[in-house]
Amino acid sequence: MEKIFFPPESLYDVPTHYCPGCGHGIAHRLVAEIIDQLGIREKTIGIAPVGCAVIAYDYWKFDCSEAAHGRALAVATAIKRVRPQNIVFTYQGDGDLAAIGTNETIHAANRGENLTVIFINNAVYGMTGGQMAPTTLLGQKTSTTLDGRDRQKHGYPLKISEMLALLPGVHYIERVSLHSPQEVLKAKSAIRQAFENQINNAGFSLVEILSPCPTCWGLSPKESLDWIRDHMQKEFPLGRIK
Amino acid sequence: MAKIIINQDKCKGCLLCVSFCPKGLIKKSGKLNKRGLSYVEFDSRGKCIGCGQCAVICPDCCIEIYK
Repeated sequence: MEKIFFPPESLYDVPTHYCPGCGHGIAHRLVAEIIDQLGIREKTIGIAPVGCAVIAYDYWKFDCSEAAHGRALAVATAIKRVRPQNIVFTYQGDGDLAAIGTNETIHAANRGENLTVIFINNAVYGMTGGQMAPTTLLGQKTSTTLDGRDRQKHGYPLKISEMLALLPGVHYIERVSLHSPQEVLKAKSAIRQAFENQINNAGFSLVEILSPCPTCWGLSPKESLDWIRDHMQKEFPLGRIK
Repeated sequence: MAKIIINQDKCKGCLLCVSFCPKGLIKKSGKLNKRGLSYVEFDSRGKCIGCGQCAVICPDCCIEIYK
C-alpha cells in the first residue's frame, strides 16, 4: 500500500498544546504543507504572534522569530528588508492583528511590504480566557459580554480584511474557513497563493482564516464548525476580497 | 481498499474525524492515551475509501492514509 497522506516535513511530530478541536492545528499543518510543496523550508522565516499560537515555533521545523504583542508585521518588515532573499510570513490571531496590532497591520499593508500574513479569526480572545475581540459577532456571548455583544456598548465586528483591501499597497486578500474538509482544502489553496505572491514579489498578501475555538465558544468541536458555517461566515463572507 | 493509521498518542478525542467519515469507520475507543485523553480508533474491517476527509480536518495531524 502506498502512503497518500502523512504529516508534512515542516511540522514536528509532537502533540500540540491546543485544546481539542482548535483550528490552529489545522492552520499550522496547512502552512507547513505549502512550505514543503514550494520547497522553501530552508529560506522561510515565520513570525509567531502573542496569543494561543505564541509557541508555534515549537511545532514548525523552520526558522521563526517571536514579536511583541501586535508587532509581528513590524518585525517581519525589518527581516524582509534586511534579508529580501528570505520568505517571511506572520501568523497572527485577531487580538494580535486586529486589536493591539491594528496600527502595524495597516501601515505594513499600506507600505505594500512584500509579506505573507496568515490571520486566524476566531471571534474571541482565546488565550486570555474568552474575552470579546474586535471580531466578536453581535449578540455573541463572551466572558466580557455576558449578555452578548451589543452594538451600542461594544461597537460592530471589525472587518479588517475589507479595510485593508482599500489600500493600494495590498495585492491579495482572501477569506477562507476551516468548517469542513472541503473548506480546509480551499484554505490551503489561498495560503499557497499568498506564498507564491511573495515569491513573485507581488506585494502584501493576507489570508483570513475563520477558525474554531470550541473552548471559548462553549461548544463541542463539531458544533463549533457548524457555528462558523451558520453564523460566522454570514458576518465574514468567504471568498476573494482583493 | 484503503486504510488509515491513527497516532493515538497525539489524538485528543475531538471527534471531528468521526463526524466527517462518510463510512462511519472511526469511533471512540473508550480508552485513554498516556496524556489522559480519550482517543479514537479505526475499524479496519470496514471499507475505507481513502477519501482523506478525516486527515484533512484532523487538528492534530494524527492520521496517515494508505491506499
